[in-house]
This record gives sequence, structure tokens and C-alpha cells, in this order.
Amino acid sequence: MEEKIKKVSIICSKANLDSVYAALILANGARMEGIEAELFFTFFGLDVITKKKMDKLHIATVGNLGLSMPGGLPFPTIIGIIPGIEAMVSKMMKREMEKLDIPPVSEFLEMISASGGKIFACKLAMEMFKLKKEDLYDELDGVLTVGEFYERAAGSQIIFI
Amino acid sequence: MPEKKFGNFTVEVDENGYLVNMDDWSEELAKEIAKEIGIELTEDHMKVIKYIREKTKAGESLSIRKIGKSGIVSIKEFYQLFPDGPLKKASLIAGVSKPAGCV
Repeated sequence: MEEKIKKVSIICSKANLDSVYAALILANGARMEGIEAELFFTFFGLDVITKKKMDKLHIATVGNLGLSMPGGLPFPTIIGIIPGIEAMVSKMMKREMEKLDIPPVSEFLEMISASGGKIFACKLAMEMFKLKKEDLYDELDGVLTVGEFYERAAGSQIIFI
Repeated sequence: MPEKKFGNFTVEVDENGYLVNMDDWSEELAKEIAKEIGIELTEDHMKVIKYIREKTKAGESLSIRKIGKSGIVSIKEFYQLFPDGPLKKASLIAGVSKPAGCV
């Protein structure tokens, strides 16, 4: 039998709700299987751990070819640019996820922390977006440089989202 | 279906090693299953296990989030009670089938 995965280091670099949930579900799912999990938020991914933004993330309605209308018809990009549509689509998506017992972002982060998963912010991206530690998720495990990220990731599978 | 021995009990299990009939379960059997995966069952463990059995009997699917909101244990405590895969381990000991959810 193949050797089991012992640790995953997941880099989340985007703030699109779909990408964010992929990262959060992978990290939480790892913990559920007894696999060590660390999340590293960089670039726009920092929005996920920014208190003011974490529960206001959106699905992109422009340039998102996977998006379809309820019922399955294609979602015309021209509709996606109408003000308010992106917020509405995002709200619908969040409601569907809640039905599947998938928590909102802030609660999901807390679940991962409670499970022993670690959550880190990227130092460079924080400087770029002029964010302070106070702006970020309360249970943040630290701020890392890329070098420190690699040190921590020793022996783990690295996943970039 | 294969059979498996836990202490003095012999029960039918599925391909993942989980009990096929949740009615085969007893507290004594739970203790034996727990022992096999390195857990010494306490009162706190048993409360969670009974909750899982109750919800399963009611036809509800379980998630770590739901257990965290049950008022019985916090998510942190759940991970401490059943380290390295709490929902799977607790379900195994509770004599219900392997959890199917992703969260």
C-alpha cells in the first residue's frame, strides 16, 4: 500500500469564493483524516483572513466560464457585468452551500483552527495591501516570509490554489 | 460480508471495517472497538457516541460542524477525544457506517 499523506501545505492566492472554498475544504478535510494541515494566504487570498472582508467574498460573474443559470443554461457574461448581479449570485451560492452544511468563511477558519490546522499570512502581501495584524483573523498562527513558508512545509505536499 | 472479532464479540462489518447492523452495538462492544484503535473510552466519549447513534437512527447525516454545535463537545474537544480523524473514529466506535461527507 502507498504511504499515507502526513501533511499538506495549502497556498491560497485568490479571493474568489470558489477558490477559497477549495482551499478551506482541502485543509479541513485533511484534518478530518488525521493529516496535518497548514494554510498560507497570499496576495488576494489575504481577503479570506481579513476580518472586514472574509464573509463578503464573491463568485466572479465575469470571465467565469463554469458559471450557469439556475436550471443549467449558460450564464451570459453581459449579465455578469450588471451592478448587483455578482452580489446576488454570490448570495445564492452561499445559501446553497449552507444547505450542504458548509460554513461561512469566518466559521470555517475557526473550525480549522479548532481542529489543529494552522493559518498563516504572507508578509510581503500584507505590506503590499498595507494590512496590519489587527486587521486579520484573530487566531492567526503567524506572518511568514516565503522562506519561512518553505521551512514549515518541509515534508509536506504543497498545494497552490 | 466479512466478520470481525472485537474482544469476545464477533460482528458483521463492511469493507471499511464499520458495523453493518447498528443494532449489533453495545457499550461493551464500543469499548472493545475503541481499544483496538487506541482509545480508552470515557464518559465524555460515550456522550458523543450516543449522540452520533441517535442522529444516525433519526436518518440525519453527521458532520464535524454539527457535532460542534450539538452542545456536547466543542470541535476542539472532539478532536482531542478522537485524535486523527474524529468523525471516522467516533462513527466506527458508535457502530454506524463510515461518514460520507466532505466537511
